[in-house]
Amino acid sequence: MRLPGWKDLVETGPIILEPGNALEYKTGDWRTFRPEIDYNKCTTCMFCWLFCPDSAVKFDGKKVYIDYDYCKGCGVCASECPVKCITMKEEEK
Amino acid sequence: MMKTTFKKIAIEGNEAVALAMKQVNPDVVAAYPITPSTEVVQNFSNYVANGEVDTEFVAVESEHSAMSACIGASAAGARVMTATASQGLALMWEMLYIASSMRLPIVMAVSNRALSAPINIHGDHSDAMGARDSGWIQIYSENVQEIYDNIIQAVKIGEDPQVRLPVMVNFDGFITSHSEEILEVIDDDLVKKFIGEYKPKYSLLDVDKPITIGPLALFDSYFEFKVAQAYAIENSLPIIKKVGREFGDLTGRYYDVIEKYHTDDAKYIIVAMSSTCGTAREVVDDLRNKGLPVGLLKIRVFRPFPLEEISLALKNAKVVGILDRSMIPGSFAGPLYHEIVSGMYHLDQRPIFQPYVYGLGGRDITTEHINKVFSELKEIEKVGKPKGLIYIGVRE
Repeated sequence: MRLPGWKDLVETGPIILEPGNALEYKTGDWRTFRPEIDYNKCTTCMFCWLFCPDSAVKFDGKKVYIDYDYCKGCGVCASECPVKCITMKEEEK
Repeated sequence: MMKTTFKKIAIEGNEAVALAMKQVNPDVVAAYPITPSTEVVQNFSNYVANGEVDTEFVAVESEHSAMSACIGASAAGARVMTATASQGLALMWEMLYIASSMRLPIVMAVSNRALSAPINIHGDHSDAMGARDSGWIQIYSENVQEIYDNIIQAVKIGEDPQVRLPVMVNFDGFITSHSEEILEVIDDDLVKKFIGEYKPKYSLLDVDKPITIGPLALFDSYFEFKVAQAYAIENSLPIIKKVGREFGDLTGRYYDVIEKYHTDDAKYIIVAMSSTCGTAREVVDDLRNKGLPVGLLKIRVFRPFPLEEISLALKNAKVVGILDRSMIPGSFAGPLYHEIVSGMYHLDQRPIFQPYVYGLGGRDITTEHINKVFSELKEIEKVGKPKGLIYIGVRE
């Protein structure tokens, strides 16, 4: 994404002119630890989906999965999982 | 254009602000009255109570809230005005930056007053100079007529689609805010026509075009936003001049960003702002009658700083005395001195500059003081270099 230069900003000032574009800001690269689901243990209880503060746990109708574009790696899902099927693994460089 | 005749009335500075605000008929006024600007809010709330304006008047619990409410209303697309002074302006400080950075054309009358401590309610420029880096356009008014004229022009300047910035109209607390002078009042419909209808470029209430104002911008974007803002205020200078000319076409009173008084052939020039210029003009007249080559440069617009105009007006003088009505403890001169001297440093031809600080806390500046300044400037020419900062009229 090309960031605007100051000349592009004189007309508008600090204003975002389109709604809903927080989606374009991928916050996944803030992550240090990456949640990984062991589907052999997962009971699809949906606790992780419910507790994720960033709605980065998705449900495709059959199973839950992590949206790594937005998951910041806070670990709430792993902590809340009643069957401990989510492990936080350090991101590799 | 044909010059219309206008009704003349006797009125105080603050009342003239309120009258101009009444004629502007803003959508929202949020204010917390403070000496010496109290009558602005007092008189304006009378207009509201009497149904003479359509304004939503928001009585808030502090100046911080006053400016916050103004920002919210302006972001919503309203025409917004307020007034304050001294500690009130100081309490608004963080919100001032937000108003200007978000490019909101709020018009604020500031009855300039000293800052505590010691507590003092009288006129000096410490309050406005404290806000000089806040990104607001700053206009200074010499007398009651100028206050009234500047308030009306400020609306048109700030709302210009190329500018979209807040404007502070300054005048000396008590000296001008409470002086009863003759005012030429422009007819309501002419004021209305002059300022036009406000059509905000963006509005938070425009649900068809949803926007976000003032979002987060970190190290990857904040700098670009600030440079864009600096460009906007620098480029308001020609708009301020254009509005001053249009105002002249309407009233016969033409305004520029500076006012030169006998400066063209002057060897000794005094630079000042606001009411002191009236006193200095008297002295210039008197000394000119005695054949002395003296002049006065009045700075009407301090932000954006009209460096080119000031340089042209001063460069041929021998000695220039710069009169600051505020001080910077720990520095070697006042803000006006710093701007002018550093701005003219690179010119091949420039005068000797002598810094003065005067009139703090409403201390009188008299024709005797100004006469003494001119004799000092003459002495300095002989010596060939300036003295250190001189405080006018202070007991040792």
